[in-house]
This record gives sequence, structure tokens and C-alpha cells, in this order.
Amino acid sequence: MGSQQGPHLHVEGDSLVHRLPAHTKLVGLLAFVLGVVALPSSAHLARLAMLALAVLVVAATRVPWRHVVRRMVVEVPFVVFAIVLPFVATGPRRALGPVTVSASGLEAALTLLVTATVSVLTAIAFAVTTSTRDLVRALQHLRVPDRLVQILAFMVRYLGVVTAQSQRMKVARESRAFEARTVRSWPVIASSAGALFVRSYERGERVHLAMMSRGYSGRLPVIEPLRATAGQWTLALTPAVCAVAAGAAVLVSGWGS
Amino acid sequence: MHVPDGFFDAPTSVGTAVVAVAGVAVALRRSSRELDERTAPLAGLVAVFIFAAQLLNFPVGAGTSGHLLGGALAAILVGPWTATLCMTVVLTVQSLLFADGGVTALGTNITLMAIVGVWVGWGVFVLLRRLAGPSRPALVAPLAGVAAFVSVPATALAFTLLYAVGGRADIPLDALATAMVGWHSLIGLGEAAITTLAVGTVLATRPDLVHGARGLASARPLEIRAVNA
Repeated sequence: MGSQQGPHLHVEGDSLVHRLPAHTKLVGLLAFVLGVVALPSSAHLARLAMLALAVLVVAATRVPWRHVVRRMVVEVPFVVFAIVLPFVATGPRRALGPVTVSASGLEAALTLLVTATVSVLTAIAFAVTTSTRDLVRALQHLRVPDRLVQILAFMVRYLGVVTAQSQRMKVARESRAFEARTVRSWPVIASSAGALFVRSYERGERVHLAMMSRGYSGRLPVIEPLRATAGQWTLALTPAVCAVAAGAAVLVSGWGS
Repeated sequence: MHVPDGFFDAPTSVGTAVVAVAGVAVALRRSSRELDERTAPLAGLVAVFIFAAQLLNFPVGAGTSGHLLGGALAAILVGPWTATLCMTVVLTVQSLLFADGGVTALGTNITLMAIVGVWVGWGVFVLLRRLAGPSRPALVAPLAGVAAFVSVPATALAFTLLYAVGGRADIPLDALATAMVGWHSLIGLGEAAITTLAVGTVLATRPDLVHGARGLASARPLEIRAVNA
């Protein structure tokens, strides 16, 4: 799949993370991030250890870092929020260089930044090593309701097709000297959105008819079920176990805070 | 705006995940009435449309631009149940394939955008349509705009309420609510304009596709005839 199929993150590869079955990776990702989110807010050292672990996981995918860093821009709005937080939060103040800020706000900002970075890194590690087809199979395997999986399967299948159509409409607009600069361009873009809806919906009708004529009965058959060995489960769940162990260590002995 | 991991504490993430699962389960059962057995391919394509529409940039001026959230638009075009499913799938794909929006915050994001955003929009739309009288097809697009306008600050308000329950820092809540609702009312104005114009375009070409205008225009449904050889 990869680039011709649309704006997916997936990068072909043969690393350790690539070879893990998708459903183990998905469960491992969820458990790890939940473990990191559940760390007590004072456990900054433990959280930094989890950040190092996330960096290790990304390194293990052997995907170029510039590809990873480019995706991390999704975090930017929350970095801004985190920078503002210490100044707007209330509670006891503390000095930070030349300014005084809210102590709880500063702590919350650090917590937010590190947790969000850990999760974005791990999610990128999942996204770059899992093809859309494997994601669909993983969700099927994990007993996500069939209709939801099917909607998702059709969505990822036509993602590239519809975004390419949208791109062609953009080229068509611009080749007619359209320039989106002010609010006055809204009617044009909005009517493009309307046209895109009609085209997507009609494509859905055609896809449905084509599938009916090929014997579609409302279910997607599972052709190659996913299988995982105990070793693969262990590997996929290692980060989550580390996060839970770190959390337990903090609670029991105050380590890492 | 997608909530990342770590923004809310773990109990809030789990709680909103339960709400999301319940909402999506009901939507799965009810959506079959809106799109019958064609649900999966059509809803999939509608989900792609929402995804692609969110990528369209609307210039605000001075070099900045905004984009559509699409909850109310989807509800009016395909009906609220299907819209809930489509938004859920869009948020899931954004979270798992694009690392946009936290994986443990997925329940929160679904609750805010696929449930609150869609249903406030739909509720306002249905209420206004009933107030406006039964057969006024010309009003569908403007009413859709009002619904879209209300849905954006309503989502922001729901976000503020969640922050009051599970936020990590002590931000004065009235200030946060004022800032969030105020800022999102501005965003809502853009959402309203775009939703009105987009619904208007669809009404002009394929009025039968607009769920919110059902019964107002003469629809000709697609017929599938089985042929026994």
C-alpha cells in the first residue's frame, strides 16, 4: 500500500515491529499509553523513562526520523496550550527564572507535554509499521463490530481515491485563476465540498452495486486470520508492562517522583 | 481539535470511552434505518468525504485559515446515526493511521465530536425545522447553518465540562468556559457559513441525498432488482 494509496503513514519494512502481528501491536499500544496516562502526575522521572522507551520503540521500526518528526506537528496546538497553562492556572505560585507561574499549572504542562509526546511517538510507531489492510484485520480479530470494521475498511480503501479527486478539483479551481485568500472565496470552496459529497456518495452507490454483482452479502470474509505466538504477545506487551511496573514502583516506594 | 493522550486523567478517559462505546452501539443498530443494507460501502465513502472535507482550507484572511469539523454537516446530509458512525470511523483512522488524537483519548474525541457535535447539530436542526413549518425546502440550508453554528460552541462547552471533571491543572473554570465558548463561537460562524453553502450545493444537484430534507423533495431511490436466471 503506502504512498500511492493515499496520505497514509505506513512505510514498508522488515523490522521487528513490522513483523509483529497487527492485533498484538494495537493491544500493546493501547495498554502502554493507558499505563502512561495513569502514571501519578508527580512521577516525572518515570514518565521520562517511558519517553525513552517510546523513542526506543520508534528506533526499532528503523523508519527514518525525518518521517517521524514531520508527523509530530499534530502535537503543536497542545504544545501551545502547555506553554500557556502555567500562566493561566491558579494555585500556589513559584518562581521560574524571571517570572512567577502557577506550580500546579507548570506540573500539568510538563505532564501533558511528556505524555502526549510518548503517545504520539508510539502511535506513529504503530502507524508506520501497520498497513491499512492489517489494521482492518486486527480490528476484525479483536471483535470490533463487523459493520464498524467494514465502514473503516471502505474508508481506508477509498481514502486515496477521494483525496485525489479533491486534489483534482483543486487543480481545476486554480487553473481557472481561483485563489483562496479571503472569506469571499468561501462559496467556491463550499460548493466544491458539496460536489465532493455528491461524488463520494455516488461512488459509494456504484461500489455497492459492483459488490452486489460479485456476491456481497453484507459481510467481509476473513481470508487470512491473524495469528500470534506467545513470544510475539510478550514482545508487544513489554512497553505496557514497563509502564505498569513504573506506576507500581512510584506508588509503592515513591521512586521516580 | 483532537484531544491528545494525557490531557484528561485516566478515569475520565475510561468514562468517556464507555459513553462512546454505548453511543456507537446504539448508532450501529439504528443506522440501518437510514441507509439499509447499503450502510457499509456508503457510510465508508461518507467517512472519506468528511475526512477530505476537513482537509479543505478556508482562508480567514491575514494568512490564517480554518477547516470544517463536519459533525452537523454529516448529520444533515446522511442522518444523525450514520453521521455518528462516520465521525467515529474518521476519528479512529486519524488516531490509528495518522497519530492525530490520542489512542486513549479516542473515547473522549468520539464523545465530543461524534456524539455531542453530531447530535446537538441534529437536535437544533430538527427543532428549527419543526418551528419553521412542514414544507419549506428553501429553509433547509440556512437551518443547517444555524445547527452547525450551535454545535461547535456546544462541543467546546462539553470539553470544558470534561475538563472540570478530569482536567490536570486548576484553571479557573468560568474563564476556561468563556474562552472556549467565545473562541469556538467564532469558529462556529465559519462552520455555519460553509455548512449552509455546502448543503445548498447538494440540494441544488441531488436533493434526494440530503437526509435533513427528506420528505420535502421528490426522491427517487435507487432500485435493485434481483434477476433469477
